[in-house]
Amino acid sequence: MDIDDLNEIAQKERAARKRYTLRCCMAAGCISSNSKGVKEALEKAVKDAGLEDQVEVRGVGCMKLCCQGPLVQIDAQGEGATIEISADGQGPLYQKVTPEDAASLVATLKGGKTTVQRGDPAHPFFTKQLSIVLANSGYVDPERIESYIAADGYQALHDVLREMTPKEVIETVVNSGLRGRGGAGYPTGLKWGTVAKTASPQKYVICNADEGDPGAFMDRSVLESDPHSVLEGMAIAAYAVGASQGFIYVRAEYPLAISRLQTAIRQAKQYGLLGSGVFESPFNFNIDLRIGAGAFVCGEETALMASVEGKRGTPRPRPPFPAESGLYNSPTLINNVETFANIAPIIRKGAAWFAGIGTEKSKGTKVFALAGKITNTGLIEVPMGTPLRTIVETMGGGAPDGGRIKAVQTGGPSGGCIPADALDTPVDYESLSKLGSIMGSGGMIVMDETTRMVDVARFFMEFCMDESCGKCIPCRAGTVQMHHLLNKILARQATIRDLQKLEELCDMVRNTSLCGLGQTAPNPVLSTLRFFRKEYLDLLVPDTYGPRQNGKAGAPPAAAPGR
Amino acid sequence: MTATLLSKKQNRLPRILEHASGDKRFKILEAHMKKHQFKHDALIEVLHKAQELFGFLEDDLLLFIAYKLKLPASRVYGVATFYHFFTLKPKGRHTCVVCMGTACYVKGADKVLAAIEEHAGIKAGETTPDNQVSLLTARCIGACGIAPAVVYDGTVTPRQTPETALEQLKGWTGHGH
Amino acid sequence: MAARTLTIDGKQVSADESATILEAATDAGINIPTLCHLDGVYDVGACRICLVEVAGVAKLLPACTTRVSEGMEVKTDSERLRKYRRMTLELLFAERNHVCAVCVANGHCELQALAYTLGMDHVRYEYCFPRWEVDNTHPLFGMDHNRCILCARCVRVCWHIEGAGTKNVSGRGARSQIISDLNQPWGTSDTCTKCGKCVMACPTGALFDKGATVSEMERDRTKLEFIVTAREKKQWIA
Repeated sequence: MDIDDLNEIAQKERAARKRYTLRCCMAAGCISSNSKGVKEALEKAVKDAGLEDQVEVRGVGCMKLCCQGPLVQIDAQGEGATIEISADGQGPLYQKVTPEDAASLVATLKGGKTTVQRGDPAHPFFTKQLSIVLANSGYVDPERIESYIAADGYQALHDVLREMTPKEVIETVVNSGLRGRGGAGYPTGLKWGTVAKTASPQKYVICNADEGDPGAFMDRSVLESDPHSVLEGMAIAAYAVGASQGFIYVRAEYPLAISRLQTAIRQAKQYGLLGSGVFESPFNFNIDLRIGAGAFVCGEETALMASVEGKRGTPRPRPPFPAESGLYNSPTLINNVETFANIAPIIRKGAAWFAGIGTEKSKGTKVFALAGKITNTGLIEVPMGTPLRTIVETMGGGAPDGGRIKAVQTGGPSGGCIPADALDTPVDYESLSKLGSIMGSGGMIVMDETTRMVDVARFFMEFCMDESCGKCIPCRAGTVQMHHLLNKILARQATIRDLQKLEELCDMVRNTSLCGLGQTAPNPVLSTLRFFRKEYLDLLVPDTYGPRQNGKAGAPPAAAPGR
Repeated sequence: MTATLLSKKQNRLPRILEHASGDKRFKILEAHMKKHQFKHDALIEVLHKAQELFGFLEDDLLLFIAYKLKLPASRVYGVATFYHFFTLKPKGRHTCVVCMGTACYVKGADKVLAAIEEHAGIKAGETTPDNQVSLLTARCIGACGIAPAVVYDGTVTPRQTPETALEQLKGWTGHGH
Repeated sequence: MAARTLTIDGKQVSADESATILEAATDAGINIPTLCHLDGVYDVGACRICLVEVAGVAKLLPACTTRVSEGMEVKTDSERLRKYRRMTLELLFAERNHVCAVCVANGHCELQALAYTLGMDHVRYEYCFPRWEVDNTHPLFGMDHNRCILCARCVRVCWHIEGAGTKNVSGRGARSQIISDLNQPWGTSDTCTKCGKCVMACPTGALFDKGATVSEMERDRTKLEFIVTAREKKQWIA
């Protein structure tokens, strides 16, 4: 494989494009609404109408508006298309398509009419998005490498191997300002530089695809929709840091992502884009899949490495950091799916282009999974710094059925609840942490006024309690006690002293736990206490046995300012 | 008592190996281990395969894996019980996994679960006495866009309510309340 | 082998670059409370009792696994650290059933001793009162899971000193448990060599010699260190 071969594949693929393309969403959300049946029906309808030479039915990755699935969109090229094409070249989008609709959809290509529900590609949900990571999602066929190559795939890897030194690659990533998309926001270039500088005959690159936050499905969509972009990003990283072996640690709960990754790795190996002598250069890189087995703590990097080594997924203290001593005690680079998916576009378009998007400290875009009590659920990718209000109200369409948004939860069990009056906050790492939440991997759960915040805090505490690995005491026993106290509050049996105990435990567990799971487990409690303290106080009962205040049974004090 | 237990345990491994020689699934499992060159770090991969083949991980199977990978049995057991995906007890003929991720939870997955629990008379994590239905919960299956989601026998089903869930269950158990 | 100079509680200390904060402090006669640490076996940093403050580091670091570095300023004792240590002990006492008055290790128990020295005089959290079993099937030793604090010392000595791999942790979170082989009665274990190192290593009364009654379970930890040192320095090779 060299650049000419690559270009030839791309040209052949582009030349084979037919006049119409019916893009049918084949991501997990739509598949569960029978998009497989829709695709088969469309193929049959095309055949029945004798349009096989003009129409391609293409299964593509996530088309983002999950709540309206299965989604089908028609593209046309060339002159004289019978379907209406909007000014920006978008064909009609159809929602909630059933197999029975297939014939009438195909008939529109011959000037027929259809009653299938039309989506609006000009809705802010679509137009406010800026796609870098999801650029191919919904367009390329995730099961065919040629489709990815036709979208400039593997060009960046070629350029890196042929024209750049590892040092230049790292400089590009540093200059782009890319920060880790797994949640903490550590500068990616800095991490790469550390691994590159640590001398070792063996180094590893790991892609963390153990997307465990309940309410987050961005990584799954990327893996299902555009697996090659992750592989390409990993290969570029491996070249930059000097690694020859990579692992993708993916959750067992994502069977479709696993099978698409397996297909993608096999195809990339066949074309010589992975394996030994990539692009006929001396660079060797293999990627193996490791399937998780249902342990949230394995999203923590040291626990993930233990799991890759086939052990119990318990974390270990850092330092030493994985960049110095990680998998099998070798220097290891661990990045998240979305981080890797950003790499090839950065190489292709340059660090300056990427650094021009977003805010001063948070560059580029962020993918969010929008879910919960909101009209438009699905996947969105917006520039960093987009106000939360734009995301949930303009794009998401607000709460359904006339409800009012009460809070937005970001960062899963490690994050917090942002109240409705802070919706004008721009979404970037610093602004969210100022509000006591975190960017997290990108789950965004909208809650309306029917949601009780203490209940939400207990929900997350129960999650952390169940997912605690049990190695360190504060997390193992502390989450049990915090969960117990929250239950007591909800059962209206707790007093102000119990609330103080809870706050004290939050502080202790956060500061003494071994790994990120325990250190962030109190966050949902702390953030709901900060913004919705009244809901807690309303549930308390008078403290009959506690210290009396001048003869009066301990009346709850006024809401204290948040910390 | 100790004496009888001791003699029992000494017979265990040869008995398992003999049993394994007559079962094709053990052959497939061993081939899978060979593919991973019997490496220790393949333990989780091997457990996945074993559960796929046998449905659950019983003691004999874990001992077989420990013996073949040359790992202490306690390590294999420790790993198998750490990860929620592995089950050491047989599952029912049908499985029903209720997603309890945040998005599903705020959209009423707790009510769906409660309805199923009441109908089937079991708690999450249990199997009905007639071995028909195993009820499980998941921490998030990533189908948040179509919440609340329930997985019936491996098929993700969107937008569930207590009513739709019970309908599905009644189809399995063949009796309604 | 290069030396590093650091300050621990205001005292200038020099230590080898491979030393941990705990080793450097011990050499300098400064006591840092520990629980899961055991001389002779590798450290896991799990109990969080030995957390110390290091200037310039926002997080508290475990003294047992953090290596010294040049110019490091360590504080091993502060009101905050003492409070966290007491709370950690409270959580442990509330987690399982630690009743000193009827315990074989009463008076020889590290958990009890720590509670005394750190001034943990009562537990403010609700006791969980779990029902854990007592495994008395082994001919020589017993295991009472009610008194286990999951420090995994027994697991570490069993794997890394004896090399038997009988003990391990199963389950996770609060349901974690020390097991023998396939979670079977200890007496039926194929791999246990009856060496007794796990019993020597246990900080509480969870592992005990059979026949020991209240307060009788004394341990001789020097044996472990003796074996490890002998092995590392090859002292017994004729």
